[in-house]
Amino acid sequence: MSSGMRYDDASLKRAPAPPTHSIGERTPLVDGIEKVTGRARYTADLPLGATLVGRIFRSPVAHGVIRRIDASRALALPGVHAVVTGEDFVAPYGVIPIAQNEWPLARGKVRYRGEPLFAVAADDEASVEAALAAVDVEIDHLPAYFAAADARADGALLLHDNKPGNIERLVEQDFGDVEAGFAAADLVLERRYDCAEVAHGQIELNATVALWEPERERLTVHSVTQVPYYLHLTLAQTLGLDTSQIRVIKPFVGGGFGHRVEPLNFEMVTAALARAAGGAVTMQLTREEGFLTHRGRPATETRLKIGLKRSGEITAVEAEVVQRGGAYGGYGLVTILYAGALLHALYKVGAVRYRGYRVYTNLPPCGAMRGHGAVNVRFAFESLLDEMAAQLGLDPFAVRRANLIDTPYRTLNDLQVNSYGLPQCMDAVERASGWRSRRGRLPAAPGVRRGLGLACSHYVSGSAKPVHWSGEPHAVVNLKLDFDNGITILTGASDIGQGSSTLLTQVVAEVLLLPMARIRVMATDSMLTPKDNGSYSSRVSFMVGNAALRAAQAMKRVLVEAAAKRLEVQPDDIDWQGESCCIAGTDRRLDFAQVVQAALADHGTLTIKGAWSTPPETQGGKFRGAAVGSTAGFSYAAQVVQVAVDEDTGAVTVEHVWVAHDCGRALNPLAVEGQVQGAVWMGMGQALSEETQYHEGLHLRANFLDYRIPTIAESPPIDVTLVESHDPLGPFGAKEASEGALHGFAPALAAAVCDAVGIRPHELPVTPDRLLEALHARRRDERLQARRALAKGVS
Amino acid sequence: MTKRLLSLRVNGRSHDVAAADHALLVDVLRDSLGLTGTKQGCDGGECGACTVLVDGEPRLACITLAAQVEGRAVETIEGLAAPGRMSPHGRSEGRIPPRGDGPQGQGGRMSPHGRSEGRIPPRGDGPQGQGGRMSALQQAFHEKLGTQCGFCTPGMVMAAEALLRRVADPSEAQIREALAGNLCRCTGYVKIIESVQAAAGVDAGPPQVDSPPAGGGRRAAAVRGQP
Repeated sequence: MSSGMRYDDASLKRAPAPPTHSIGERTPLVDGIEKVTGRARYTADLPLGATLVGRIFRSPVAHGVIRRIDASRALALPGVHAVVTGEDFVAPYGVIPIAQNEWPLARGKVRYRGEPLFAVAADDEASVEAALAAVDVEIDHLPAYFAAADARADGALLLHDNKPGNIERLVEQDFGDVEAGFAAADLVLERRYDCAEVAHGQIELNATVALWEPERERLTVHSVTQVPYYLHLTLAQTLGLDTSQIRVIKPFVGGGFGHRVEPLNFEMVTAALARAAGGAVTMQLTREEGFLTHRGRPATETRLKIGLKRSGEITAVEAEVVQRGGAYGGYGLVTILYAGALLHALYKVGAVRYRGYRVYTNLPPCGAMRGHGAVNVRFAFESLLDEMAAQLGLDPFAVRRANLIDTPYRTLNDLQVNSYGLPQCMDAVERASGWRSRRGRLPAAPGVRRGLGLACSHYVSGSAKPVHWSGEPHAVVNLKLDFDNGITILTGASDIGQGSSTLLTQVVAEVLLLPMARIRVMATDSMLTPKDNGSYSSRVSFMVGNAALRAAQAMKRVLVEAAAKRLEVQPDDIDWQGESCCIAGTDRRLDFAQVVQAALADHGTLTIKGAWSTPPETQGGKFRGAAVGSTAGFSYAAQVVQVAVDEDTGAVTVEHVWVAHDCGRALNPLAVEGQVQGAVWMGMGQALSEETQYHEGLHLRANFLDYRIPTIAESPPIDVTLVESHDPLGPFGAKEASEGALHGFAPALAAAVCDAVGIRPHELPVTPDRLLEALHARRRDERLQARRALAKGVS
Repeated sequence: MTKRLLSLRVNGRSHDVAAADHALLVDVLRDSLGLTGTKQGCDGGECGACTVLVDGEPRLACITLAAQVEGRAVETIEGLAAPGRMSPHGRSEGRIPPRGDGPQGQGGRMSPHGRSEGRIPPRGDGPQGQGGRMSALQQAFHEKLGTQCGFCTPGMVMAAEALLRRVADPSEAQIREALAGNLCRCTGYVKIIESVQAAAGVDAGPPQVDSPPAGGGRRAAAVRGQP
C-alpha cells in the first residue's frame, strides 16, 4: 500500500475498528512463539561465527595464599591464545558499592573451593583442557571455616581484614518497648529455626560471549544477566575501560531467580580473555560451576521470640538471625537487612528487636534469591505464630486476623503501606481450601495421615531506593513511532522469562487503545535502550510499568494534538479510539496512519520518554539500613497447603495448594497465575527437598540429581485466586506478583505436617529422614513414658 | 582426533556431518547443523532440556552419541514447526479453538494478541501471524503459558510430543510420568500439564502408535521409553 493510499476514502468508509483493551487480558508472551519453536536465541545459541573457547580453572583449596600462578608452559601450547589471572583486572567489584571485595579471578588469596583462579582462551575444547592442566599453581593452605559459628569463634582467622569476627554486617534495630510488650503478653514463646542453603537452579547454563575489537578498543558482551547495566558498569570498573567503550546485550535469558542479579565473575573473565586474545571468546559454564558461582539463599539460623495476648494480638517480637554468607560480600548486607525489615511488617505488631549477623565463611558466596532475605524469617515467624495460636486455642486464621493493618499505614520500621489485600487473600484460601469443613476431617489411611496448614506472606514491588543511588529516575522507557506506523518500546528492563516485555507492551497498548500487534519491544542493549537497574526485587512491573505508562500517555498527547490540528479542532474535542479517532460526537475521523502522518509532519520521527521514581514517603525512615525493605507497594499472599504424611517413611506428599495473591491489579491474569504458581512451587522445593551440602568446602550436590528440584511427578495442583487491591501508586493499580507467594509455602507446609502427625518441623527442608527421625523420637519418648507410668503404677 | 562422516536424518532432511566417534548428538545438532533449539541445561542426563525424538522415542541428546543415531529419524523442536507441517485434522493454523470455559470463550473479549479484534485492521485476511505453522503442542504451550523463560520448553515439548503420539488423550498421571525427566524451574508445571491437555484435546483422534487393548480403555495405553 503506497503512502498516498492513506487518504483513500475507502479507508474511511470502513467501519472504524473498536478500541482494543490489553490490560486485564489473559495474554500469551509476546516472545512466546520464539520459545516454543526453538527460534529464541539464548547466549549460547548466538550465531556469532567462530569464537575461541574460554574456560576457568577453580581453586581446589578452600582458604589459602596464592604463591604462584605460572602460565608460561600453557601459553607455549598450540591453539592457546590467552591466560588471564587476577592481575589482569584493575579493581575489585561487588554489587553493593560499600562492599566491593571480590576480584573476578582471585588475587592474593583464595577464599572458597571453586573460586576462579585463572582462565584460558584457546581454539577448541581439547586445547583449552591441555592449557588448564599446564598452568602451575602453588597455594599455601590457611585454616578454613564452613560454619558461621566457627568463623565467628574467638581466634578465627579473618577472611577479610576489615571485618572483625568475620561479621560482614551486624544489624541492630529496635522499635518500641520490647520488654513492656513481652510483659503485657499472655503467652511468650521462643524457638529456633534452621533453614538449609538453597540455590536458584535456573535451567539455562551460565554463558557469556565477549568480542574485543583491538583496532577500536571496544568490547561487546552478550550475557545471561538480569542486570545488564550493572554488568556494563562493572566491566568498565574491573577492566579499566571507559563505559563508552562497552556495549552489553542481554539475549533471551533462561531464568534468573536472583542468580544473575549481580555482575558475575565469569562475565568479567570472558571479557578479559577476549581483550587478551584480541578477539571473540565464548564461555559456557557447567552446571557444577553454576552451583559454585552460587549467590543462593544462605543457610540461616533464626531465634525468634513472640509475645501474644489471648486475643492473638502480637505485643512484641524479638529475633536473632545468623546468615552463613560465604566468602564475599555480594548482596549480603542487603539480605541481612531484608530479614529484619520484612520479619514483622506483614502485621501490626507492638514492638520489635532485631539482631542480624551476616557471617563470612569459606564457601561459595550467597546472594539474592527469589524472596530475597525474607523467606527464612517468614518460615520462623509464621511457624511460631501457628504454634502459639494452637496453645491459646486460636484458629490459625483468627490469630492472623487479630493483627491486620488498616491502610494507609506506617509500619514500626517506617515502611509505607498504601494497599493491603491480605484479609481478602485469607478469606479466599479459607473458602477455596474448605478449611472450615475439611480441617481435622481429612481421610487417613493405615500409616498415612493428612493435614492442612496456613501461612501468609508479603514482598516488595521493587526497592524504593536503588542499589546504585545516582539521583536518576528509577525507571525510564522510550517509545519510538515512525513512518511504518509501528511503535517500538525501547527498554532496559530484562525479560528473564517473567514476561516483562509482554507487560510493557500491554501497558503501552492499553494507554493508546491499540492492538498489541502494532507494538514491538527492543530490550536490553546498552547501545540502544535506556538504562534500567534490572530485574530484581520485583521492581519491573511497578517501576518500569509506571515509566511505560507515562511514556504512552505522553505519546498519546502528541498524537491527539496532531489529530486536533489536522481536523482543526481543540485536543479536548478529540475522541481517541486507538486505531482511529474522531471529533467527539461526529463522524469526522482519522485513522491511525493518518494521525501518525500528521504527527510526523510536525515533529519527524517521534521519540518520547517516560520516567518514574518512587515518592519520597515510600523510601523508608532515617535509621541506618532503613532503605532496605522500603517500597512503593507491598504485595500480600495467603496459602493453604494440604499434605499426606507417610508415618512409616517420613515422606511428605503435597496434595494441593490454594493460594491467593494480592497483586494490586492483574495486568495479565495468565502471567500472574504463572508467576504465583512458580513462586509457590519454588517454596515447595526449599521446604521439601532442596539443600546444598559441602564437605570441607567441597560441594557435594552440584548437579540436578543430588540437588533435588521437584519434578512434575511430585508437584501438586496449585489453585490461584488473584486479589486486586488497586494500589494507588502502581501502574493501573498493579503490584508485584513473582515473589510474595513463595515465602508462605514452607511455614504452611510445616503447619500442615503438624496438623497431620502432631510434629512441628523447625528445620528445612522437611526431608523424609528428618521427619522420620522426629517420628521415631516421639515413639521412643511415648514408650519411655508408658514404661515410667507402668513402673510408677507397680511401685 | 579422527573424524568420520556421519549420515544423519534430522527433521526429514539428510545431512552428512564430519564428527568424532565420541561426538554427542546435542553438540552435532547445535554446532554442526545450527539447530540451537535443542538446549543443554546440565552436565549430562539431569534436566531433560536436550530431549529430541529418535525414531519417535524421546532421547537425551546430551548422553547420546551422534554415531548411534545414524540411519535413524531424529526430530528436534525445529522440526515440529517446519514449513508446510499441518496438524492431523487439516487445520493449517494449529490453533486451539476457543473453549467455553475462559475469557477466550465465545462470549468473552478475545485476546488482543494478534488475532480477531486484536489484529491491525487494514491487513486483510491473510495468515494470522507467525503462529500459523506451529504444532498443537507448541500452540498450546504458547497460549496456556506452558513456557516462561523458555529454556526447558523445547525438551518439554518434544517429550510431550512423544507421549501424544503414543497416547492421544493421556491422563494427568500419564502426562506427569512422561515429563518426569524434564525439569522446569519457572512454572511449577501446572500450566505445562494444562498445555499438554489442551493440545491433546485438539488432536484427540485415533492413537497413532499404541492401540488400546480391546475393552481396556484408552487410558490404559502404555507409556514407555522415558528418558
